[in-house]
Amino acid sequence: MEDKNLTLPKKGAQGVSKSSVIKTALKKDLLLYLLLILPIAYFIIFKYLPMYGIVLSFRHYKPGGSMIGDKWMGFTYFKLFLKDPTFWNVFKNTVVLSFSALIIGFPFPIIFALLLNEVRNTKAKRFIQTATYLPRFLSTVVVAAMIRSMLSPSSGIVNQVIQFFGGESIYFIMKKEWFRPIYIISDIWQFMGWSAIIYIAALSGVDEQLYEAAHIDGAGRWKQTLHVTIPGILPTIMITLILNVGNTLQVGFEKVLMLYNRAIYDVADILQTYIYRMAFEKSTNYSLATAIGLFQALISLTLLWITNTISKKFTEYSLW
Amino acid sequence: MNRVFSYKNFRVLNSILMLILVIATLFPFLYMIAVSFSDYRAVGRGEVFLIPVNPNITSYTQILGMSKFYMSYLNTIFYTIVGTAISLVLTIICSYPLSKKHLLGGTVILKLIVFTMFFSGGLIPNFLLLRDLDFINKIWAILIPGAISAYNVMIMKTFFQGIPSALEDSARIDGLNDIGILVWIVIPLSKAILATIGLFVAVWIWNDWFMALIYLPKAENLRPVSLFLRNIVYGAYNQIRAGNVLDSKDANTVPETIQAATIVLISIPIIIVYPRIQKYFAKGMMIGSIKG
Repeated sequence: MEDKNLTLPKKGAQGVSKSSVIKTALKKDLLLYLLLILPIAYFIIFKYLPMYGIVLSFRHYKPGGSMIGDKWMGFTYFKLFLKDPTFWNVFKNTVVLSFSALIIGFPFPIIFALLLNEVRNTKAKRFIQTATYLPRFLSTVVVAAMIRSMLSPSSGIVNQVIQFFGGESIYFIMKKEWFRPIYIISDIWQFMGWSAIIYIAALSGVDEQLYEAAHIDGAGRWKQTLHVTIPGILPTIMITLILNVGNTLQVGFEKVLMLYNRAIYDVADILQTYIYRMAFEKSTNYSLATAIGLFQALISLTLLWITNTISKKFTEYSLW
Repeated sequence: MNRVFSYKNFRVLNSILMLILVIATLFPFLYMIAVSFSDYRAVGRGEVFLIPVNPNITSYTQILGMSKFYMSYLNTIFYTIVGTAISLVLTIICSYPLSKKHLLGGTVILKLIVFTMFFSGGLIPNFLLLRDLDFINKIWAILIPGAISAYNVMIMKTFFQGIPSALEDSARIDGLNDIGILVWIVIPLSKAILATIGLFVAVWIWNDWFMALIYLPKAENLRPVSLFLRNIVYGAYNQIRAGNVLDSKDANTVPETIQAATIVLISIPIIIVYPRIQKYFAKGMMIGSIKG
């Protein structure tokens, strides 16, 4: 609560009416408020207007008509998709894909950070880090195109290796059982290096004296890792885990959109791709698609709220 | 302690593991480079590993001969430069006032901005809004909707707050107003964070294809190169599907080398730029404290 105004050195504004407080603020910080006009307009138009546009999920959309629909329909669209088995399959796919990607992918950046921490050569360390960041910065289109190319049944390198060892070529991207492994493995490849940043930073923050003390007590490198390093980064691990759970329904929609096809919709179709097709490919059922989008957004928000509450309770970190 | 698991052995093993990891990370990309320089027949026969077979630049001359390719490449460059400039200016003028703790209403505005990180209107309301604004099939659809990210505002605001207020105070005594202070004192001191956020936004715009897919359905001349690549990938895929030849050698050999060349050409600017981003974004991730 620092009050750094050189122009108006008055203390407190208790006795003053609200409107005069606003007036003095406007007068003092007029230029700052002027700067804010465009950004505020941006957030109102491009963030809050679409939020208002969600009412479309309760109203009937006439093709080419108003963005908030033309007739009140109540919960019609919600009842419609909640009764639809296709929706529930898509919902299940979303949950399974996101949770398995989270659970399987989560330990990799931690182990990577721990191992990288043992590399003493600073130059080598930096090079390894930089190299492993690369996939994070490539476009989803590029990543998906590379995956498709490498997995191609005729020319792809993976099938060449399989055939070299006498196996049968597999048409990976048309096989249901391969969709999730492909998604998760490529996710690890894309994000392991980048996600490790936060652990690497935490590792560098572990108190050197603790290592010295452990060393004096006769602990070897392995014991030091077990009793000093891991406890040292445990808070970071916890907060990351909690936040990841909170964000869990936000699956890599673009990657799925680039990797899936009709043959594997059964397992690969997730809520966002389902919404996308409903609005832009199959039909233009905007109201229904908006309703499903709202459903997903609310679940995500709830998950985030729950995990944030847990985090607040057990660690000192929280989002709000 | 067991000799085999001595720390010395561990370090050797660890070095090998790290080497494998680096190779595995870079492999897909190196493979694409090899494919792009190879004879398409050799690619079709699956002979290419990491060294190009019958090295040639045919796929590059072919792709560069396509007017659609370089038009979309130029579009991407345009979107990246102009979009980044717009984004930086808006992010600065949004973050600077909010970095002042005494600003009346600042906390409320900040909270409303942060809320947009966790909840949004979603695909269709956004699309219909842009339709009503007449942005669809216009460059504005790419340049404006993603211009300010709440996350970048948080990072920049936190950075601005770290600038010693004594500097600003003395500038004020010298007669500079708030905008003067921002332009002459704060921005020159924030070059590092501006460069980082700018590069990050630039990479994001460069890579985006989904906005172009839904917002530029009919404007072929305005499409970015990422969408061009996406259409090549789908073209090859549909070719196979239409012919019902699941493993025909000819169906996807020609696009394969061209696709690889496109991937390489799209990714090269990113590869040049991304190592510069990491330093500050490691910090940015740590800032996490959205509370402000």
